[in-house]
Formats: sequence, structure tokens, C-alpha cells
Amino acid sequence: MTHTIEKIKTQRIKVSEKLVYVLETKKLNIYYDDFRAISEVNMKIERNKVTAIIGPSGCGKSTLLRSFNRMNELVQGSRISGEVLFHGQNLYAPDVDPVEVRHRIGMVFQKPNPFPKSIYENIAWGARVHGFKGNMDELVEYSLRQAALWEEVKDILDHSGLALSGGQQQRLCIARALAVQPEVILMDEPASALDPISTLHIEDLIRELSNHYTILIVTHNMQQAARVSDFTAFFNMNGDRSGYLVEYDNTNQLFTMPKNKLTEDYITGRFG
Amino acid sequence: MEQIALGYPKSRNGLKRRFRVGENAILALLFISGVFSIFTTIGIVYELGKEALLFFRTPNVDLWSFLSGTQWQPHIDKFGILPLFTSTLITSLFAMLIAAPLGMGAAIYLSEYASEKVRGFLKPILEILAGIPTIVYGYFALTFMTPLLRTIFGRDVVEIYNTASAGLVMGILILPMIASMAEDALSAVPNALREAAYGLGGTKLEVALKVVVPAAISGIAAAFIVGISRAIGETMIVAVAAGAGPNFTFNPFKGAETMTGHIVRISGGDLSYDSIDYNSIFAIGLMLFFVTLTLNLISQQVVRRFREVYE
Ligand SMILES: Nc1ncnc2c1ncn2[C@@H]1O[C@H](COP(=O)(O)OP(=O)(O)OP(=O)(O)O)[C@@H](O)[C@H]1O
Ligand SMILES: [Mg+2]
Repeated sequence: MTHTIEKIKTQRIKVSEKLVYVLETKKLNIYYDDFRAISEVNMKIERNKVTAIIGPSGCGKSTLLRSFNRMNELVQGSRISGEVLFHGQNLYAPDVDPVEVRHRIGMVFQKPNPFPKSIYENIAWGARVHGFKGNMDELVEYSLRQAALWEEVKDILDHSGLALSGGQQQRLCIARALAVQPEVILMDEPASALDPISTLHIEDLIRELSNHYTILIVTHNMQQAARVSDFTAFFNMNGDRSGYLVEYDNTNQLFTMPKNKLTEDYITGRFG
Repeated sequence: MEQIALGYPKSRNGLKRRFRVGENAILALLFISGVFSIFTTIGIVYELGKEALLFFRTPNVDLWSFLSGTQWQPHIDKFGILPLFTSTLITSLFAMLIAAPLGMGAAIYLSEYASEKVRGFLKPILEILAGIPTIVYGYFALTFMTPLLRTIFGRDVVEIYNTASAGLVMGILILPMIASMAEDALSAVPNALREAAYGLGGTKLEVALKVVVPAAISGIAAAFIVGISRAIGETMIVAVAAGAGPNFTFNPFKGAETMTGHIVRISGGDLSYDSIDYNSIFAIGLMLFFVTLTLNLISQQVVRRFREVYE
């Protein structure tokens, strides 16, 4: 492909040579009004790796994930204390623009939520709002190829994104997130609404994308976490129903030789 | 095995279809109300059509001169609807000039920007505003808007009775209705779409204008159509403030009677039934009916073309 895309790639390589940790939380607490949903989380997210977040329902996985691109502040009454560092810069510093944060740190949701627009416009939307000046057709194709959807939709780019199957819609949402060229992609149970085949598609895609992107994925599926992730963080709830980080290790280690009894109980299904 | 009684009545006839009185009664009731509204509509059209037909049957009157005539002078047998039609057009245009942008602005503010608290406070106010008797707006036009226009544009330019003043106040009248209906349409857009747009780095305005509004476009179009229809059919304001007497003019600062204004003035006087004047107002009524019908049909086409269906 032509030079716009090449430039994107070389830029990415330049960035990636410098740093190892892309994201880091320091004593992160997240509240909804007075309720503390996440307590004192310290964790570092490694660059161009897949990090899985697992834990029982309600332990704050989504809450934590959404704090990485300030999506949580769309909820009235939510606030944080502590820091979330992105390349060492606090995302919650007063002079940081959440719009820019979300440009760099994209998001894919549990339920596929394509815009009720054409497939093409779904991809182009984010690029347009960020003033993309390059060749839009090329960007659309590049993003769809990255999301392994191009071959299926190349002849129906003007059809509504909602006319696709659930699995295709989710890949469209991934392509849409890729089109704004983020460094990090947050995925909240991206395959939980999909059938097994589509799920495998998405998992392959995540593996593939981790060559170029840092990916954080929340999942309820242990096998999925084991299959796709390089690192896994296990969260649990304390007595006040507040989520805390129990164990964080490379995935292999965590699933074969967990250090914490709680982790072991959870991954072997003896939890509760 | 003995069935365990858990408080359920024992089924009398096994799996056989049961006759449910309540279900059937409700169904019948719903059907009757549906039929009733259809028959009312047919009845209105029939009555309008019958009297209008009498009008078009009279000598000296024909459909073409009715539609294209620029003089409405019953005493000399001139029945051209254009003077009434243009002033209806002007007042409605002024009304929409006010109500469409402000109504949309209010709707977007309420649905996308206002906090739960502010919305809970403002939405009922909008609905109360929509319930003020229109005669009040009529006198507001006459005693406030007209003097205002006359101070701005000059007393020699703006007549005491004029279509601009009536139209502007009519805009204020339909604004809350448009705002409220459009707000409903915007609020009905699933939050997942907003999240998707924010997640891509959209600003609040971009999310509102480039995702939420397009997704709600059919509801918004419906709001506009109801607004325009209301403006075309609005009577009291124009009767009070727009002027009495058919006057073929495109100057909004001159007095001119609208279709509704004319109907209300003629039917308010002591007219004998079966006079040509009496019948003529049914022809005007029929015209009003067709205008709103056409608007509805056009908007349906427009909406079908631009609609973004979410699920
Ligand atoms: N918008 C909100 N307002 C108030 N409380 C919330 C809100 N969203 C989540 N919570 C609370 O925060 C806690 C964590 O919720 P969260 O959705 O992050 O959990 P989760 O780990 O993602 O659960 P699941 O696995 O079921 O998705 C829960 O106790 C929940 O009730
Ligand atoms: Mg969740």
C-alpha cells in the first residue's frame, strides 16, 4: 500500500522502540458516588502485549478498563483518585483532553455497536473527527484488512453496518477503532455476545493485532484468557464489594502455578 | 404421581386451548378504537368533500380559478385561494424559521448536555408552555411582537396587523412541541452508539451532531412535520394578529388573512347555510387537508431515504 500507511507503520515502530510499559496505574481508586468500585490498583501494562483482566462478576473489571481512556467519566458521579500513566503522563492531569486520550487509546465494547451508517462510514467516522487528511478509501481498506473483514465486505461497503452478522459487526467495530490509529485498544468482553466460530475469529485477530498494538481485554472465559493473552490480572472483591488486584503475572505462570489460593480456586472453577 | 399443589389452580382440560375472556375483550376494545379513529377521519373527509363539491358546482366557480386566482372577493364572485394560501405560507415559514433551529437546539441541549436534574426541571416546563391557550399568544403577537417589529423596522414599514408578527409568535408556540418531540427521538437513541462515538475520540458536539441526530432523524422529521402542520392549521394567533381581509402579498409586514384566519372569520359571522360563502370555507378546509397530507407524504419519502435504522 502507499506511503500514508507506510508512514503510520514506521511511526509506530519509532514509538515502540522507546518504551516497554505503555500504561501504569498508581494507587488507583475508582468511585461511583460514595461506592469504591476499585481499590488501590497498581499495575503496569506492557507494550504490544495482550493483557487479560479476569475476575468474578461485579469486581470492577469494566470499571477499571474504562478508566484507561477516561470513558468512566461519562458516568455521572464517577471519580478516581490516584494516577493512570500513559507513557509516564498522568491521563487525569487537569490539562489532559479526554478526547485526545480516546484518540490514542481506543475501545471495543461487549455488544457490537456499529453506527447505523454504511460500513465505509463506520470506519471513516473516527478518521473524519480527527481531521484525517490522507486517502480515506485506503484507510478504510487498510483498517478492514487489519480486522480480517475486508474480503467479506469489500463489495458491500455501502451497506449498513447493522446488516452484518454479530461476529462481523464486532470485527467492524475493531476495524473502526483501528482506523483512528490508536496505540492501545481496550476490549470489554469483545466475544461474549458471539458464537464459537466468531469468537475464534476474534481471538486470532487479537493475537495478530498484538504485533502492532497494546491490547487489554476483559474476559469471563478462562480458556480465552489463556489462549490470547501474554499477561493476566486476576481481580476479586473484598468485603465492601470493592475490586482489588489479587495476582498479576504472565499468563502461563498464572494459569499453571498461581501463587495465590484465590486465583487457583477461581481458575479451577472452585470459586465462591 | 400426585400433582403437588403450589397454589396454582388445577388445569381443567389439560393442554386444550382455553378461552380467555379478558384477552378477547381487550382485543375487541382495541379493534373498536382503531376502527373508530378511521371512521372519524373518513367522516371528516366526506363532510369536507361534500360541501366543497357544492362550492365547485356553483356557476362562476371552477377548480382552476380557485387554485390560481389571486383575488378572494366573494361579493364579486372571485374565489382565488392564492392570497389566503401565500399568507399561510408566510406565517408558517416564519414560524418554522423560529421553531426549527431553536427547537432542535433545545432538544439537543436537553438530551445530550443537560444533567438529569436540569432535564427533569425543564422538560415539564416545555410541556406546560405547549399547553397555553393560543389566544394568549395571539394577543402577545399584537401587543408585544408587532410593536417590537415596528420599533425595529419603522412604523411606516410594518402595519399594525401583519403576517410576520403572527408567524414569529406562532414559532414560539410550536417551539416547545418540536423541542419535546425531537428530544424524545434523541433520547431514544441507544447509549451504546454514544459510547462508540466517544470511544473513537468524538467531542460532545460531534457525538451529538454526527451520530445521535442522524440516528434520530425520522423522529426529528416527524417533529418538524407535526410542527409545520400545526403552524398551517393554527388559527387564533393569525385571527388576532395577521389581519382581516384576503390580501395577495409577499410582504410579511403587511396584513393578510390566512386560510384558517379566513375560515374562522367567515364562520364567526352570521352566514346562511348553503350560501356560496359558506360552502367556500369547506373548499379552503379541503385545501388545508391536502397541504398537510402532501407534507406528510413528502416527509415519509425523505425519512425513508435518510433513515438510519438502529436495530
Ligand atoms: N454506572 C454505574 N453507577 C454506579 N455503580 C456502578 C456503575 N457501573 C458499575 N457500577 C458498580 O461497580 C461495580 C463494578 O462494576 P463493573 O461493571 O465494573 O464490574 P465487572 O467486573 O465488569 O462485572 P461483569 O463481569 O459482570 O461485567 C459493581 O458493583 C457495579 O454495581
Ligand atoms: Mg463488565
